[in-house]
Amino acid sequence: MHEQSVAELQRGLQARQFSSVELTMSCLARIEALDRGLNSLITVTGERALAQARAADARLAAGDSSPLTGIPMLHKDIFCTRGVRTSCGSRMLDNFVAPYDATVVERLDASGMCMLGKTNMDEFAMGSSTESSFYGATRNPWDGERVPGGSSGGSAAAVAARLVPLATGTDTGGSIRQPAAMCGVTGIKPTYGRVSRYGMVAFASSLDQGGAIARSAEDAALLLAAMAGFDERDSTSIDKPVDDYPALLAQSLSGLRIGLPKEYFDEGLDPGVAACVEDAIREFEGMGAVIADVSLPHAPLSIPAYYVVAPAECSSNLSRYDGVRFGYRADGASDLMDMYKRSRSEGFGAEVKRRIMVGTYVLSAGYYDAYYLKAQRLRRRISEDFQKAFEQFDVLMGATAPSVAFKIGEKADDPITMYLCDVYTTGVNLAGLPAASIPVGFADGLPVGLHLIGDYFQEARLLNAAHQYQQVSDWHLQMPRDLGERSPADEKR
Amino acid sequence: MNWEAVIGLEIHAQLATRSKIFSGAATAYGAEPNAQACAVDLGLPGILPVLNAEAVRMAVMFGLAIGAQIASPSIFARKNYFYPDLPKGYQISQYERPIVYDGRLEVTPPDGKAFTVGVTRAHLEEDAGKSLHEAFQGMTGIDLNRAGTPLIEIVSEPDMRDAAQAGAYMRKIHSIVSYLGICDGNMQEGSFRCDANVSVRPHGSTRLGTRTELKNLNSFRFVERAIEIEIERQIELLEGGATVTLETRLYDEVRDETRSMRSKEEAEDYRYFPDPDLLPVVISEEMLEEIRAALPELPDARQQRFAEQYGLGAEQVTQLTASPSMADYFETAVGTAACDSKLAANWVTGELTAHLNTHQMEIDASPVTPELLARLLMRIADGTVSHTGAKEVLAAMWDGDGDADSVIKARGLEQMSDSGALEQVVEQVLSDNPSQVQQYRAGKTKVLGYLVGQVMKASAGKANPAQVSALMKSKLDAV
Repeated sequence: MHEQSVAELQRGLQARQFSSVELTMSCLARIEALDRGLNSLITVTGERALAQARAADARLAAGDSSPLTGIPMLHKDIFCTRGVRTSCGSRMLDNFVAPYDATVVERLDASGMCMLGKTNMDEFAMGSSTESSFYGATRNPWDGERVPGGSSGGSAAAVAARLVPLATGTDTGGSIRQPAAMCGVTGIKPTYGRVSRYGMVAFASSLDQGGAIARSAEDAALLLAAMAGFDERDSTSIDKPVDDYPALLAQSLSGLRIGLPKEYFDEGLDPGVAACVEDAIREFEGMGAVIADVSLPHAPLSIPAYYVVAPAECSSNLSRYDGVRFGYRADGASDLMDMYKRSRSEGFGAEVKRRIMVGTYVLSAGYYDAYYLKAQRLRRRISEDFQKAFEQFDVLMGATAPSVAFKIGEKADDPITMYLCDVYTTGVNLAGLPAASIPVGFADGLPVGLHLIGDYFQEARLLNAAHQYQQVSDWHLQMPRDLGERSPADEKR
Repeated sequence: MNWEAVIGLEIHAQLATRSKIFSGAATAYGAEPNAQACAVDLGLPGILPVLNAEAVRMAVMFGLAIGAQIASPSIFARKNYFYPDLPKGYQISQYERPIVYDGRLEVTPPDGKAFTVGVTRAHLEEDAGKSLHEAFQGMTGIDLNRAGTPLIEIVSEPDMRDAAQAGAYMRKIHSIVSYLGICDGNMQEGSFRCDANVSVRPHGSTRLGTRTELKNLNSFRFVERAIEIEIERQIELLEGGATVTLETRLYDEVRDETRSMRSKEEAEDYRYFPDPDLLPVVISEEMLEEIRAALPELPDARQQRFAEQYGLGAEQVTQLTASPSMADYFETAVGTAACDSKLAANWVTGELTAHLNTHQMEIDASPVTPELLARLLMRIADGTVSHTGAKEVLAAMWDGDGDADSVIKARGLEQMSDSGALEQVVEQVLSDNPSQVQQYRAGKTKVLGYLVGQVMKASAGKANPAQVSALMKSKLDAV
């Protein structure tokens, strides 16, 4: 059952081959059996999931179901879930039980999905390896010695290990696409403003965007369609109808214009990764796509621009964690200033503190123009490069990440090397564009992701291209072996 | 040396929207602590602000009323600082592109010497909560009811030269926001607050002296008083060879002094940057025209009209237009009574205002409605009740004893205007006082007053004194 697509699972549910309760119990059993090794979940919400499954079964029986009714899923622990701890991977919010649901949570609940738990992540989504989580590193299902990428590493690992078919993620600089690449799954970050940020704990507000992690583009299309749409509670969400992603998957790729930004094929790209990407591009060519080179001259400046803008916004967004109203508060403070300092020193981890300090610095009087404003100008240049490229191309492609998954601890003490994991992904966030990552092979036995970037609101185009590729390849069907013991529930099936 | 003071004011006016500037929580004053703070006001993780369009409309109304420029787009920015009653660790305010800028205000103080004050800017922002120190031993309580209440901060140029000008400017702003209906103007509840920047310099100098910022000025009188004593303090310092320190000073109304609160040397860096959660605010030409067309009559225009239409003197016009509710009250009363406007003005500014002052009541709360007062004015005008009687009627109406007619009837306050009855009383008084009649006829006409008084006494005050006097005179002169 855990190898079936969402559409297959939905057919099984409709045909009463199994119930949502049985499906949910099977996934919970798999989590129970495998997640001790993976550590992809921070919180398992079995009771809540089963209650939702029972409600889903009733809806299915009543013929009042959506394509996602009764399907198990996980939320990244950055989405507020009423009555369930929302930790954001931080000691600061270890005790925070959200009193409200994020819009994304509301929508997926309304679609009849069953949330089985909250996934592990880099603290406050700041990281590319899921190592900075207060709850310990998540392990890559393909190699337990390696990271799953990040920050949505828990969601990507859980989907790769087939704990659930679908999970949500968020992407500020590559946090959906990079872990999807490293875990061999499909991830899509939509256009900025397509998915509501309401109830999604903010890291860098102008870059943060929720999205979908799934085994295939077809599954991702179903999840994203249910997440996307205007929300009056998020002023930056966009009031524009959502395309019917699943219905547009079948379009032919004949004549699709694919651009290969030369800056994405630089000397930093691992040759094994490059080989897989080039093979995939040949597949697209075989399906009728037209391939040509293009240049995004300011792309190499994405990382410096990103690491000014994101910390600046983060330093302000994380000011609310002061120990006064919620979250971690240090004991025995001598006065207000002492309470602030100790609560924040003890509640935040090293990477979060580093970014708060960088962000505070770049916004300070005397530095604002040299850093923040300059980064904003670069941001416009980066966007203009993309806009120019989209005059000639429908989709831009390259590698999602310059290398395959690295070893746990390998880059943990070297922030700059870690930041370079996002060299191909951050520009997309700075421009607010939609982008996806799909599995296109293995290098050194580890998954490689292809990065697909589209123009604003071209999510359907990206999913269509990804889906057509997945019709002629089976990388997305590969499953990690040796995940540890099998659950009794699974054996029965 | 001859010194000149330079004063600029920063006025915070709370906008009278029903809900907060970025959330749907109510803004009413005086609720249980934290009963009017929703997830947005608490700054919970994941929440986002959504701009209240009504607050924008009100800020634009203010801008148009003072002839200022309206920025489109204007930008919300975050002002970052830590304080327990600031839930997000930043205040959403406006910095580089305030919604209103570059306005000018003509102010005419009571002494009649008009002056102009430049309004640098008026920006929209959210208020913070309140820290409550009194109720908790050794602890601080936080009440976030006020957090997120919309404010406009109105920043003047340093164009005022003495406390009286500052007071007059502040009253003018107060009356404008009241007339626009965008602020309830209640200074006790903090809906209208003021900080003053004060410096002094030798007369004729163009360089500004070191300023201090005065806070806690929650009445017009305190603003004027605090500025006065701060100017004196600074002059004394400078004349004694000392210097003024750049600092924030608190006015203590009990001790009638200002004292240092914090130095501005260690000025905080607020690290302003555009709030990425909010879009630039665009005001279309159509919206601007719509708001302009719907602007109510402003204080200056209404004053002019009161002088022309009702023929009232400057002092009464000022009193009657002090607030829109006062002006509305007067216009309803005079319109309903269809009486002499001076009579109505005298009663509103005189006896009614005396009652309001005694009970420390605003005119909106007056138990004597303008319609009730109008009935009384009609009875005064048609001679039914005397001036003295009318005062008693008003007092009774204030106490809720019914309308003028029923009070007059119940208390027998009708003037004796039936000339037959009056004549009888006059005849009686004349025959009872032969020596005074003789004195009058001998040329001592002063005794007329005594005789009239006797008639009034005999009629128990119900006679109309003017009528009595005329009747008496005609009888005495007839023989």
